[in-house]
Amino acid sequence: MTTDAATPAGITGSAPGGTDPATDVRPAAVEIHGAHKWFGTHHVLAGVDLTVRPGQVAVVLGPSGSGKSTLLRSINHLEKLDHGYVSVNGELVGVRRHGERLKELSERAILRQRGGIGFVFQNFNLFPHLTAAENVAAAPVATRRATRSESRARAAELLARVGLGDKADAYPRQLSGGQQQRVAIARALALRPGVILFDEPTSALDPELVGEVLGVIEDLASTGTTLIVVTHEIGFARKVADLVVFLDDGVVVEQGTPAEVIDHPRHPRTREFLAKVL
Amino acid sequence: MGEIGDSRPEPAARTGTSLRDPRPADTGPAPGPASAQRVVPLRHPGRWVATVVVLVVLAQIGHGLVTNPFFQWDRFGYWFLRPVVLEGLLITLKVTALSAVFGLLGGVVLALCRLSRSPVLQLVSWGYVWLFRSVPLIVLLLFLYNFSALYPSLGLGVPFGPTFVQFDETALATEIVIAVVGLSLNEAAYAAEVVRGGILSVDQGQHEAAAALGLPRRYQFRRIVAPQALRSIVPNYVNQLIGLIKSTSLVFYVSLLDLFGQVQSLGSTYPGDIVPLLMVATVWYVILTSIVSVVQYYVERRFARGSVRTMPLTPLQKLRTGVAELRGRIAAGALR
Repeated sequence: MTTDAATPAGITGSAPGGTDPATDVRPAAVEIHGAHKWFGTHHVLAGVDLTVRPGQVAVVLGPSGSGKSTLLRSINHLEKLDHGYVSVNGELVGVRRHGERLKELSERAILRQRGGIGFVFQNFNLFPHLTAAENVAAAPVATRRATRSESRARAAELLARVGLGDKADAYPRQLSGGQQQRVAIARALALRPGVILFDEPTSALDPELVGEVLGVIEDLASTGTTLIVVTHEIGFARKVADLVVFLDDGVVVEQGTPAEVIDHPRHPRTREFLAKVL
Repeated sequence: MGEIGDSRPEPAARTGTSLRDPRPADTGPAPGPASAQRVVPLRHPGRWVATVVVLVVLAQIGHGLVTNPFFQWDRFGYWFLRPVVLEGLLITLKVTALSAVFGLLGGVVLALCRLSRSPVLQLVSWGYVWLFRSVPLIVLLLFLYNFSALYPSLGLGVPFGPTFVQFDETALATEIVIAVVGLSLNEAAYAAEVVRGGILSVDQGQHEAAAALGLPRRYQFRRIVAPQALRSIVPNYVNQLIGLIKSTSLVFYVSLLDLFGQVQSLGSTYPGDIVPLLMVATVWYVILTSIVSVVQYYVERRFARGSVRTMPLTPLQKLRTGVAELRGRIAAGALR
């Protein structure tokens, strides 16, 4: 993770994630284009453009109500955009081009697309009636991407990877918050997604449990998976992020490397926010 | 704790030498030997008194039941397993089982309609529940009984257009069909609300997680939502089912001789045996409800997986561990 000084900061995800974006011919891992979303009269997303390159770790910061979660949820179409589009690895999400217009896909097609996009919730949302291993194996089995025994073996492997190899048969309620969130991460990994989205993954945790979850996310970052993380953990952003995006009032106020956005913010609103949370 | 023996001062010493004794009275946190630090649980004399009162009252009721000649227990014994009573019981079971199944199926369909995104389906489902919860069951049954007068034949076809199939209503509508249809129509309205409540009780986050994982819609419903919804559906539906067992006694009014019907007609033939016959019916209804309750207990346990950290023991398991403990204690006593 080196900062390319020649690249102008603040334009389309200029922070490199292993490859020089100027020569990288691969499509962007995630591209958000002109995203608008209204909740009633409230303009939650007011024209967001964002590009995250393959292998990059993007951290989205911003005050509460700035539209961070909505933006993240629009990437896997949990939230429908009113205007604009999202594409993941070059493929439009939730919609298809129909002449000049964008038409919504069938639910089945959207569900299939979501297999390529992992999502980790603030409140874990594990299935309480299934064991940790069953939670992890559910998606591969249900989508018939793997046989039952393959899925079970993979679940065991993934649980071991998040440090919970011995908790395969535990029900979520028998686990601590940090353990539950790690199971949720293993579950999101089960379909081998190219992109994983984290919606404030440590906000519901006791302070002493935050570290174990961030550690797992950090490990993931080092494997070259594209990650987009909405969080308030500035230290984590500084350490792991390739790209830091500051969102306020539904627009990207500023983006760049952690050194640029966190240590030398140019916009007064970013400075004000960081002064409050640091 | 270097002290040996009871650290608490003798009562006499406490009153007599309290001025000289620097040790605090036994209300203080003085460290003593382990035995003096054992926490004695609070006693509940009120509970014991209440228990005794209840046991006495129960014994009196039992005594009354056994000794009151009015109950004629010999006649009860005579009627309890008579084939004519068992025939009625069979009808009750048949009507209950069929209505429970059709009612539940109807209820599931109605609940899904109500939760669907189609306003027409929502409205139809709401209207159905509104109508059938408003009409008394007995009225509904009598309506159906006289249905053939209203519509002598039933046809299937295009509304206002040609008819494809035609049934003779009087041939179709036997007493048992009328009973099952009436009870099912009524049951479906209530079951719909039970099922809908159960589905709504599942956290929104579960739907989101299932959708975010890309689980196919059928799988989402069958493996994620339904098992969690059943946790609240089972006790409510069993409640409904027990109500249904008892409402089957109304089919007597559409000339179907169920358990109650048989007992009623036997009662008019043998007026002297009315009370023992009613007791026969009561005991059979109690047996049916008890069976359902036991099944409910185990079904609920099955759907409670993951909802509590450790499962409480079943009464049977409790009894077994209790007996084992008692045996162990007796054996230990015998050894000493």
